[in-house]
Amino acid sequence: MTTTATAPAPGFEAPGVDAFQLPPLFGDVTKPVLQLVLAAIIIVVLFRVATTRMQLVPGKAQFLGESFHGIVRNTVARDMIGPEFLKYVPFLTALFAFVLVNNLFGIIPFLQFPTFSHPGVPYALAGLVWVVFTYVGVKHHGFGGYMRISTWPPDVPWWVRIILTPIEFLSNIILRPVTLSLRLFGNMFAGHLLLVLFILGGEYMLVVADSITLKILSPFAFLMGIVFTFFEAFIQVVQAYIFVMLTASYIGTVLADDH
Amino acid sequence: MNIVGNLNTIGYGLSAIGPGIGVGIVFAAFINGVARQPEARGQLQGIAFIGFALSEALAILGLVLAFALQA
Repeated sequence: MTTTATAPAPGFEAPGVDAFQLPPLFGDVTKPVLQLVLAAIIIVVLFRVATTRMQLVPGKAQFLGESFHGIVRNTVARDMIGPEFLKYVPFLTALFAFVLVNNLFGIIPFLQFPTFSHPGVPYALAGLVWVVFTYVGVKHHGFGGYMRISTWPPDVPWWVRIILTPIEFLSNIILRPVTLSLRLFGNMFAGHLLLVLFILGGEYMLVVADSITLKILSPFAFLMGIVFTFFEAFIQVVQAYIFVMLTASYIGTVLADDH
Repeated sequence: MNIVGNLNTIGYGLSAIGPGIGVGIVFAAFINGVARQPEARGQLQGIAFIGFALSEALAILGLVLAFALQA
């Protein structure tokens, strides 16, 4: 590597995992904790506003709330769960709202930290989802029936079953919550790292580096940061949608009567 | 020549090849399906996003492991 800097400037250090280790704000409360509480408050207030004074012809707030509920009910729950989908729509709507608001914190000024880029948070949420779909399955089929649905595909020769049943057990019962949480975590982590990289890189080029060429080129780094902020907004909405979509599909498969 | 860095990055690049192809195939099939039968769009969309999420999982696992397995 050749450097164009004439005087020795401190080298650029790409941000890594350390960018996510935020100092506690007060006591043991860190920024993600605060954002989780904030998200819950925001969602409760918004849905309160949307559902007070409900009318046959909806006002603006009620219309927004109903559209949000409608998206989850019509494009997620109805397709994925089947005839008994209405029972699960409140859970899915709350989940979608919670994940969406927490993801969007990643691009809202002054917060600018996606809560789910700390792996502990999606682990907890995926654990909740695991408990819900296991409970639904066991309640609907009984424990034996739930295990049969999850690990015992019908019409399979016995010698395939020796391999297939452990794989099905692993993928349907153990790996489902793992991939569910890691997908959300990985996307938020990578997205935030990307934004931090572009902004810190631009700042380094503009402020720290000695080369005049780098100073002139630095707006492009900031421009890419802005472009990727919009891209990140898209990813955040898609990931919230996928999270709730997969939750619905898990509930749907444990409710299915037979393959 | 002296190259400094972490081999994990190359591992992540390798792990992203398969999912990249997979996601491409999923959405190609989705576009094909909608082109042939536009009224099935709503149904296909859900399936497409699930397929996308499932194949993307491998790349995400690669990314997480690239950071988790520090040499």
